[in-house]
Amino acid sequence: MPFSPHTDNEIKSMLDTVGVKSIEELFDEVPAALRITDLDGVPDALSEMQVARLMSERASENKQSLCFIGAGAYEHHIPAAVWEITTRGEFYSAYTPYQAEASQGTLQLLYEYQTMMAALMAMDVSNASLYDGASGLAEAVLMAIRANRGSKSRRILMPRTVHPHYRKVVQAIVKNQGIVIEELDYEITTGHIPPDSLPHTPGDIAALIIPQPNFFGVLEDIDALTDWAHGNNMLVIAVVNPTAAALLKPPGQWGKGGADIVCGEGQPLGIPLASGGPYFGFMCCKKALVRQMPGRIIGRTVDMDDKTGFTLTLQAREQHIRRSRATSNICTNQGLMVTAATIYMALLGAEGLRRVAAVSHANTAALMAKLGAIKGVSRVFNRPYFHEGVVKLKHHSAYEVLSRLSEHNILGGYDIKDDYPELGEAMLICATETKTANDLDEYARQLAQIAGQKTSVS
Amino acid sequence: MSNAPANLKYTKSHEWVEKLEDGTLKVGITDHAQDLLGDMVYVEVPETGRNVKAGEECAVVESVKAASDVYSPVAGEIVEVNEALADDPDTVNKDPYGEGWIFRLNPTDAEEWKKLLDADAYAGVAAEEH
Repeated sequence: MPFSPHTDNEIKSMLDTVGVKSIEELFDEVPAALRITDLDGVPDALSEMQVARLMSERASENKQSLCFIGAGAYEHHIPAAVWEITTRGEFYSAYTPYQAEASQGTLQLLYEYQTMMAALMAMDVSNASLYDGASGLAEAVLMAIRANRGSKSRRILMPRTVHPHYRKVVQAIVKNQGIVIEELDYEITTGHIPPDSLPHTPGDIAALIIPQPNFFGVLEDIDALTDWAHGNNMLVIAVVNPTAAALLKPPGQWGKGGADIVCGEGQPLGIPLASGGPYFGFMCCKKALVRQMPGRIIGRTVDMDDKTGFTLTLQAREQHIRRSRATSNICTNQGLMVTAATIYMALLGAEGLRRVAAVSHANTAALMAKLGAIKGVSRVFNRPYFHEGVVKLKHHSAYEVLSRLSEHNILGGYDIKDDYPELGEAMLICATETKTANDLDEYARQLAQIAGQKTSVS
Repeated sequence: MSNAPANLKYTKSHEWVEKLEDGTLKVGITDHAQDLLGDMVYVEVPETGRNVKAGEECAVVESVKAASDVYSPVAGEIVEVNEALADDPDTVNKDPYGEGWIFRLNPTDAEEWKKLLDADAYAGVAAEEH
């Protein structure tokens, strides 16, 4: 799609047509007191040459660090073909073109993405993606409130083992809609929600959120939690890591009935780590709930000549048809990120994705064993985990240790003290398939030097 | 002109109401409404036991063109819903005044339905929309 700026002549002719003298005059009705005259803190414009110089100086400060931070966004190997294909002109667009008559390629890709996600999660339906994992969980909460018609309470149970950022985003989005989020605490030695800690008579609750793996990397007892929720007339919202889903029991098979809504962050599927985004959220559900699902859904159909074609489907849920009664105001998706994810999944295949998950787990297990053996460092939880683990520091603050490690070009983990003060000086560490045995040794060696010292290093 | 049987009552929002012998009211959407909406693909029925006010939206009919709310013509309690529409929503197109009924309600005020439009008045409403 070309971008054509207006010429001065065109602008003048438009202004003449509506009978005003200047563009400024169009804003006359905004009171002067409300107009912003200058942008505080925004520097003056630079020339292209100056900008290029500035940005190359900034870029030279970037370091290729050895990254052991996960906490919601994960470094995985991305085959070169993924972004080579994604950035071809046919796909590369800031906006997802949905017109069936002009966009069969894009629509077919989205349809294949949905098919892959539904298969990976063992669910009936997937939408064409949402903005990110955190807002996807908020949408899943809103959807569960709409879909659980037997529940009148607008109450949702959310374990504290759900990502702290996700919990904040969910609160921000749903709190003004009369929805109450009740937190479930975890068992401090295991890092999970023990099913026997759940109330026998929880009352009227619309849904239980189950993270798998949870924020600590720990695996929840998904079957028991799912059955407990269904036994108490709640829907089950699974918030899962898509890489882990290749190896673990998929949400559609949890417990006797399977999760009802599945959401999560799609970034691990071929999207590079980049200052928080753009990433994408995914969402799947049971067929019975599809009319309550937010976002776009692409369907396969036949045209007048009986040829296969792809088109938007179930649009009557959406705001351009249902107006204020729409299922959601989310009518767009992260098309380009989904394009990359679809190519990533197609290149790896089910077996490749399973191997990524298995090697990530094995690397984390090897790293945890090494770190747990260091004096002054201890493992925090004793439950099975996926590709992250929490360690506690005896003599130093997590902040201090992470700062020291970064001096050695190691991003050693994520400081979780602010979110989980009860765990003390603890950090969350991840090792994906990108780490070699040497990398793990190097990390353990550096950490031993810093954490083993009893006196403060700073 | 779409048909509007004389034995039924109607609303401006295109619901029809049939008074049954046991005092309950059967509700659906008119032939005119189904014709405007086109092929039905989904009908969301209310829950039985729900108390509704007059004019409260309590069902949704979704066609290939649009999704529209269905409003309760009078106040009352939903006592039965047409579950068969889940599998065959196009019954609303084929037989709007018969098998295509949507819900049955027990009115709070046994007389309120009498104030609804008769077939002639409804025909006037429908004609004005053209």
